[in-house]
Amino acid sequence: MNSHVRWRGWVLVGPALLVTLGLFAAPMVLVIITSLYRREGASINRALSLDNYVRILTDATIHQALLNSLEVVALTVAFSTLIAYPFAYIIAFRVASKWQPLLLLLTVLPFWTSYVVRSYSWLLVLAKNGVINQTLVEWGVLAEPLAMANTRFATVLAFTHFFVMVSTLTIYASLRQIPTNLGPAARDLGASPLQVFLRVTLPLSIPGVVVGAFLTFVLAIGDYITPQIVGGGNELLLPQLLILQVSRRGDFPLAAAMALVLLVIVALVYAASSKNLTLERRK
Amino acid sequence: MKVFNAGIAWAFGLVVYGFILLPVISLVVFSFQATALPVPPFTGPSLRWYEELFADSGMIEALANSLVVGTISGVASTGLGFLAAYGLARHRPRGAKIVRAVIMTPLGVSYLVIGFGLSITANELALGKSLVLVTLGHIIINLPLAFAIILSQMREEDESLERAARDLGAGELTVIARIVIPVVLPGILAAFLLSFTLSWDEFIIAFFLADFDVTLPIEIWSQLRTGLDAKTNAAGTLVFAISLVALTLAYILSRTTQRRSKGS
Repeated sequence: MNSHVRWRGWVLVGPALLVTLGLFAAPMVLVIITSLYRREGASINRALSLDNYVRILTDATIHQALLNSLEVVALTVAFSTLIAYPFAYIIAFRVASKWQPLLLLLTVLPFWTSYVVRSYSWLLVLAKNGVINQTLVEWGVLAEPLAMANTRFATVLAFTHFFVMVSTLTIYASLRQIPTNLGPAARDLGASPLQVFLRVTLPLSIPGVVVGAFLTFVLAIGDYITPQIVGGGNELLLPQLLILQVSRRGDFPLAAAMALVLLVIVALVYAASSKNLTLERRK
Repeated sequence: MKVFNAGIAWAFGLVVYGFILLPVISLVVFSFQATALPVPPFTGPSLRWYEELFADSGMIEALANSLVVGTISGVASTGLGFLAAYGLARHRPRGAKIVRAVIMTPLGVSYLVIGFGLSITANELALGKSLVLVTLGHIIINLPLAFAIILSQMREEDESLERAARDLGAGELTVIARIVIPVVLPGILAAFLLSFTLSWDEFIIAFFLADFDVTLPIEIWSQLRTGLDAKTNAAGTLVFAISLVALTLAYILSRTTQRRSKGS
């Protein structure tokens, strides 16, 4: 291609590039700069300093929120993988191929209720007078309704609900890529069904598990809605604390530093799992 | 590959489906509740809360705002994504790999951070919060997706069609309008519908950038403060229904695309 046509390529790519630079790159640079400012009373001191980072390293409230976030996300990753793996396995290997798309579609159905509504609907289920409590009391299983809403349990449950759907898809995709003749071959060579699973199926499906866990981690750690609606204000997660700085305290510099901490955590997790972050089978 | 027996598999599958579908079923069923509280026992069916919903001007305005923001941001991100995908796939500018990486980067950053960044930028530029800002925020989160979807539809085989048209004297605009767009149309429509759906559902960016005029998720959010309310169920069910329609369309279009790539 001649240089005239290459020049034309830039004209076509230009608008998207400019929009990305203006609406994404520039704001991110501003977040970095703002994180180096300092709130003093009602005003912002624009002398650059690392004060906000020192605060993040030393402030017990922020540590607690970070710890809460990491624990909730770790529990979510663990539970959703433990539920999604056997579930994806059943769909991939125990159901006739023609039914599999329908079952997957059913699996992700709640994905299409809105984000806010999905959290609210967990409140319906878990509330003191909600579906579970009323049913269990009626059946005589419980004498008193349980306090399930506005707890960490509720946050983890609602997160797990969402991410079981995500991980089921990624694990299913991985399982379906395992060549179908490997299992019978291993059986012919004398492996038991359990050995086939542990030595063939499981290792080959690890990429799906990693991709699902990665998505779960990245999306859950930055989520504000689910902990806010179903978890309540009893314990704060990092995004809740960040929003609090913005809406209540007007401390944009500290919020900016916290946003960057979130970004760095995600980047670290990405770096740690990037080797396995593909669903396509490697040759 | 038999690790567990069929009975256990069935039981486990049913329990997981119960877990996955229970909140949605509760939402939809109790939207038809005749009394105010969306909890058992079921007192309906009644359309009372849908009537109240449509009589609620705040909710209707928010719904209209969401439709407008979703449509404009969807058209913009699809348009920008199409031009960029076409430019990269066909004209292969120098540095194409970097351009591609730059356009895809926002996908790796959480909406919370993007929304926060835009809100302090608007603050710095003394721009008041508005639906215009929300629309810009939705363009930037959907542009990478629209770009990726359309780029995946740009197949090398189709380039010969474009070259043939140019050889026959068609100008660049004619080639785009008469050849390129019709060929990748399913991808363009799928990108638009996905962008629309994500904008329609997006909360945190709108939360940072909207002022008095709000989008539907924000309006529903502010109604949550009154606690469990059958009207919120009705609003949630309506949102669900609209998303399902958009997604069914996207699915049908992607099927058409698949058939096309298999057929040719």
